[in-house]
Amino acid sequence: MTTNLQSRPSRTRRRLLQSAAAVALVPWLPANAAADELPEIPALTAFLAGRKPRLARVHLTLPQLADNGQTVPMKVSVDGPFAPGPRVTAINLFSEANPVPEMAVFEFPVAVDRAEVDSRVRLATTQRIVAVATMSDGALYATAAEVIVTIAGCMDGT
Amino acid sequence: MPDARISVPPSVARGKPFEVRIIIRHAMETGYRTDESGKSIPRNVIKTFTCRYNGDVVFSARLSSGIAANPYLRFFVTAKDSGQLAFEWVDDNGVRGGDSAAVTVA
Repeated sequence: MTTNLQSRPSRTRRRLLQSAAAVALVPWLPANAAADELPEIPALTAFLAGRKPRLARVHLTLPQLADNGQTVPMKVSVDGPFAPGPRVTAINLFSEANPVPEMAVFEFPVAVDRAEVDSRVRLATTQRIVAVATMSDGALYATAAEVIVTIAGCMDGT
Repeated sequence: MPDARISVPPSVARGKPFEVRIIIRHAMETGYRTDESGKSIPRNVIKTFTCRYNGDVVFSARLSSGIAANPYLRFFVTAKDSGQLAFEWVDDNGVRGGDSAAVTVA
């Protein structure tokens, strides 16, 4: 009788903990998987031409939520050090949903100690932006960032 | 009326990167807008931007309609000698703009 009383609550507690852990884990799994890959953008696929960029070193900073897609602050940077190893020669920006997917290319014809560019971009709608850094040895590094846009950047005045 | 506003530190340390900021006055017309009569406004964006430091290109950019009106750029240049930063840009209509800023290396 006493053993029954002791075992029952402990089993319930274990089950409760297990289900809580499962609930906590499940939503994270797809999110992590999505962060490990770049969005499908034909212009990006054409640019990569089969090359696989490493998802490291590049940081793309955009607001998570942009009230106005007309002008959205954007910062892209590549982690150093660059000397004596390969340096950054270019950073390409690709948009998932803009009418023009090739947003910008920033080129560094000479070695830079700080590979960092800020600008302001136009975003047609909620989408992911991809930044690809090309190194002087041909290596590619990339990252993606998602922005939720509440007012589209291409539709004003129409 | 100036076409651009440039910001460069008053004095920079030799061998160190310094910040360059520029805002260019330009509508960056996307080509997707229409005027009051419903006629579409042709695309006209700054396509290329170049920054030269004492004559050598140190930074350049190819832009599109995906860059906001009055394009803003902030980037870094490594200080070598005192001299001049010269900026040049060209839009779809072939209109060239340019400006420059003095660099003092301490």
